[in-house]
Amino acid sequence: MSTEARSAYRRMEESITLSPLGEPEADQSGMSLADWGGGHETQELLTLNMGPHHPATHGVLRLLVTLQGEIVRDIKPIIGYVHTGIEKTAEDKAYWKVIPVLERMDYLSYFFNSMAYCTAVEAIAEVQVPKRAQYLRVIHLELNRIMSHLVWLGTSALDLGAISMFWYCFREREQILDLFEMSAGQRMHTRYFQVGGVMEDIPRGFLEKLKAFVDVMPGRTDQYNALLHSNEIVLQRLRGTCPLDAEKLLAYGVTGPLLRSAGNPWDLRKAAPYSSYDDFDFKIPVGTVGDNYDRFAVRLAEIYESVKIIKQAMEGLPEGPYITTDRKIALPPRHELATSMEALIHHFKLVTEGMRVPPGEVYSAIESPRGELGCFLRSDGSSKPARVHVRDPSFVNLQALSEMAEGSYIADLIATLAMLDPVLGGIDR
Amino acid sequence: MPDATELELIAQELRAAPEIGADGVVQTTFFRERATVEIAPKAIRATLSRLRERGYAFLSSVHGVDYFPHEPRLGVHYEMLDMARVDRLTVKARVSTQDPHLDSVAGEWPTADHQEREVYDMFGVIFDGHPDLRRILMPEDYEGHPQRRDFPIGGEPVFFTFNDPAEHPAAEQPASTGPSQ
Repeated sequence: MSTEARSAYRRMEESITLSPLGEPEADQSGMSLADWGGGHETQELLTLNMGPHHPATHGVLRLLVTLQGEIVRDIKPIIGYVHTGIEKTAEDKAYWKVIPVLERMDYLSYFFNSMAYCTAVEAIAEVQVPKRAQYLRVIHLELNRIMSHLVWLGTSALDLGAISMFWYCFREREQILDLFEMSAGQRMHTRYFQVGGVMEDIPRGFLEKLKAFVDVMPGRTDQYNALLHSNEIVLQRLRGTCPLDAEKLLAYGVTGPLLRSAGNPWDLRKAAPYSSYDDFDFKIPVGTVGDNYDRFAVRLAEIYESVKIIKQAMEGLPEGPYITTDRKIALPPRHELATSMEALIHHFKLVTEGMRVPPGEVYSAIESPRGELGCFLRSDGSSKPARVHVRDPSFVNLQALSEMAEGSYIADLIATLAMLDPVLGGIDR
Repeated sequence: MPDATELELIAQELRAAPEIGADGVVQTTFFRERATVEIAPKAIRATLSRLRERGYAFLSSVHGVDYFPHEPRLGVHYEMLDMARVDRLTVKARVSTQDPHLDSVAGEWPTADHQEREVYDMFGVIFDGHPDLRRILMPEDYEGHPQRRDFPIGGEPVFFTFNDPAEHPAAEQPASTGPSQ
């Protein structure tokens, strides 16, 4: 790529240009619009810069939008504004110290980030995760999914002009964050999932509090449904806008609720169950045509299903260890350190050097609130990963935005972006 | 996942294909129930098209890897997925840093567009035939490919105009800005 081409691109990027499309067409009477003293405006392409600091872009996403009047003709997403080199940083950390860094990628689904990474390490190191830990993981993952969908619902409704939804959604989100604080000690970026299980067993009183939440959540979701589904403005903004069929979505690599809204029931929790998801009875909500309304309805329906999973996991929570008993992987219990020399050695080795993982490469994927979240891990046999790459669903899904929104109004572009639910922390990593 | 036998069958079929050839398939690996077939860089598009006919129609991810100090250093992994049989297969190609060229598959798989740009950005693998091969996460005028293993961590100057000597000559004299610790 030559410097000249690059600077030409830069020029295009930085300019807000008016480029005429040619002479305006004449109507039946033989007079062109220009003869009426106007018309040039509607015949020109306007390149408009949207973002990166724009509340409707859900983060620091920058879109170069080419407009013809109010119709979107082309969209070029420009990303990288919050790139922090997390994958590079991960190569310089011991395996268990990578978890807190990776959690900060997609900041709305931190449990999923650590889950994808932990399953990859567990696959290479052949670690068996105890049943109780698997259930505890499922509870937290599904709580996280609800929390992520609530943030999406609140901010999307905000983009559509419904401000009060935001406060309602954040009320329930607070309840979930309180639960996270109770089990993990942190509200966000909890570092709760560890290689081989979870950091700590749930404290006394957690299940009661969780039950209170599970009881109240379906009713609250009914209220959201009633608020938005009977709102004519919301329906008109969503129905039939910016559809994309399943075939095109698959070509763009789109997974998750976006793909399911187009009628393809692909969900890794059902297709390739991990962490005991096959123990639970739940449905996969699907849409029909894949317009913005379907995207909206599928995510809202997923909240009910997640509540169902949490309920079952809570009731069937088995007894037993919450993390693997393999002392080369997980820290020994604190009380053993005072009496056992071996436990002390293991503790010392794990804390100073970290675990050693046999050399190899795996790709492990889970279903995040936005689609397939995959973690590629290469180990060279040392105590630090040689390469961590996260296939973030937001990064891949963003490519479909241009095809979705082309030919629609700019207002629908905002709605589509909201229904796409990108998280820029995950896109830029 | 295909089992080890099926992986060999797939490799045989690829070798038998005239557009790939016997030297097109370098090796197969079956590790932790995950199947990987390593192919010669020139055979990448032909292989992926063959696999698409076999059912691996969904390209879920493209990763770049630096195998430093092993040669050829750079690797590109393509995670293929057969959604009907829920089957994954990894296709891997290795290129050297002296000649980091691979054919782009963004034409057949539009999802590879951004992902190949990311691999180019981070590792400097050049995807021939890519419609718009530019940096995607790093700044456009950035030098080097930061995910390579010989690229150091830390010590990056922060891109503020204050740090630009052309705009702020005073910033050139470290003594005036006080102790650096």
